[in-house]
Amino acid sequence: MNITEKILAKASGKNKVHPGEIVDANVDMVMIHDLTGPLAVEAFKKIGVKNVWNNQKVVVILDHQIPAESVTAAKLHKTMRIFAQDQQLHIYDVGKGGICHQVMPEKGHVLPGTVIVGADSHTCTYGAFGAFATGIGSTEAAAVLATGKIWLKVPEAIKINVHGRFQRYVAPKDLILHVIGKLGASGAIYKSVEFRGATVRDMSIAGRMTLSNMTVEMGAKNGIVEPDETTRKFLEGRTTKLLAPFESLISDADAAYQKIVDIDVTDLTPQIAYPSSVDNVKPASEMSNVQVEQAFIGSCTNGRIEDLRVAAEILKGKMVKDGVRTLVIPASQEVYMQALKEGLMEIFTDAGALVCGSTCGPCLGGHIGLLAPGETCVSTSNRNFIGRMGSKEAKVYLASPATVAASAITGKITDPRELEA
Amino acid sequence: MKVTGTAVKFGDNVDTDVILPGKYLVLIDPNELAKHAMEGIYSAFPEKAKKGVILVGGRNFGCGSSREQAPLALKYAGVECVVADSFARIFFRNAINIGLPVIEHKGISAAVNNGDEVTVDFEAGMIQNVTKSESFQAAKLPPFIMEILADGGLIENLRKRLNKK
Repeated sequence: MNITEKILAKASGKNKVHPGEIVDANVDMVMIHDLTGPLAVEAFKKIGVKNVWNNQKVVVILDHQIPAESVTAAKLHKTMRIFAQDQQLHIYDVGKGGICHQVMPEKGHVLPGTVIVGADSHTCTYGAFGAFATGIGSTEAAAVLATGKIWLKVPEAIKINVHGRFQRYVAPKDLILHVIGKLGASGAIYKSVEFRGATVRDMSIAGRMTLSNMTVEMGAKNGIVEPDETTRKFLEGRTTKLLAPFESLISDADAAYQKIVDIDVTDLTPQIAYPSSVDNVKPASEMSNVQVEQAFIGSCTNGRIEDLRVAAEILKGKMVKDGVRTLVIPASQEVYMQALKEGLMEIFTDAGALVCGSTCGPCLGGHIGLLAPGETCVSTSNRNFIGRMGSKEAKVYLASPATVAASAITGKITDPRELEA
Repeated sequence: MKVTGTAVKFGDNVDTDVILPGKYLVLIDPNELAKHAMEGIYSAFPEKAKKGVILVGGRNFGCGSSREQAPLALKYAGVECVVADSFARIFFRNAINIGLPVIEHKGISAAVNNGDEVTVDFEAGMIQNVTKSESFQAAKLPPFIMEILADGGLIENLRKRLNKK
């Protein structure tokens, strides 16, 4: 079995599972947030059970519309606070957490080998820690709150073997954009994507999270990396729970894969996903004078300290071009504090970028930095769909933090390696 | 369960941001959501769907965000069921969970034109293009999913199951 099959077998009390088999899995952790949570709470109340199945296994995170951008949002937040209080759940409120997919592992709610579901499509991010993690809807979340169980079809798996060393200013974001461009927006539909190879072993947790995070953009059910010492180092001090032995989570040598993709990153260059589909990917060096009005560095894809460091390295001592609104949003309070300590906030502010508090905000066109008709944004986030960041007549190009920082300086989408030339 | 209606057709990779833009996620009333169904690519859709339609999608229908407000908006706008070459998995589950029938059949989008009359027999897994007198045998939904749909969604289904225990 591969790692995903091993986790699903254990969670459903079986010795072995096969792709296509439907299992009733025990859930180890469920996450709901301020935009999907209220519907889940409403649905939960209709089920007729008094309490959630296990209040230690439910996490509520306010992140999408925080701080409340309207009275309507404030009411939703209030609903979530009351539910969390009544049920005695873990809750990360404004100023106490940040973007759900960063907060979940930071606060020790993500463990290798566990089954985690979240009412958010980017829940697949936790696969970076060797967990089986997938997104669900609000009603399904309500059912999990009541029963602690979920039916899952065991997915076929795609193995992505990555080797070679990244060139300077080429990042895991460029790799995942390249993979999505290659496989297509429906290329991994219903499937598990497993990242392997020396490049992934050498990669930081932040990089692995970027890879897992965007697997949903090719339709994947989960995106997973086998846990190792890097995983253990990140989690140590963040959880009091014993980490399961990782040996039982390593894919067997004879594990079956529906497809195997080999990628050498040695010659990979910065990549861009053009509007309005994430698989519309071309090298940044081929961009011909695409002017931008907004540059956004942040989101659950690329708002981590490693992302902010590379952006700051490029922006240090420079000014963002007049006419380019540059937003920097750390993925969590922890990232915010670390960036502050390292002096990155000063670099961004000196460069004329606006640093905002941790929120999903602009990524989903919720609030903070929406686009007007005819405007273009280069963004480190994960989706460039029509209307995603505001007006449906606006355009969004997806790129790495280095590319976005370089583009903020030049005012047009720029291969960051060109600034050094 | 049998559904008949006029087909309204969309292409491949229709994402949940165009089905229901993010700015409306703060709306709770499904009738309010319905007013914005498909706003990202076809703002006249709610008017069109009023009388009841069958939505036909290409590959990967409903990709992107897990927002259940997307199938809710479609259901309350008047969509009787969604037929597509393939679905994004979260949308597929969400639709069933809120009682919006969905069925998948590779190649169905090429076989249906906008405005064709379509009938779907969910028990038989049969999709019929009445206008063109053509029938397609799709994979049947498993019995437990048919039960969820028959109960009008997962919550009612779960209530029943928990009461039985």
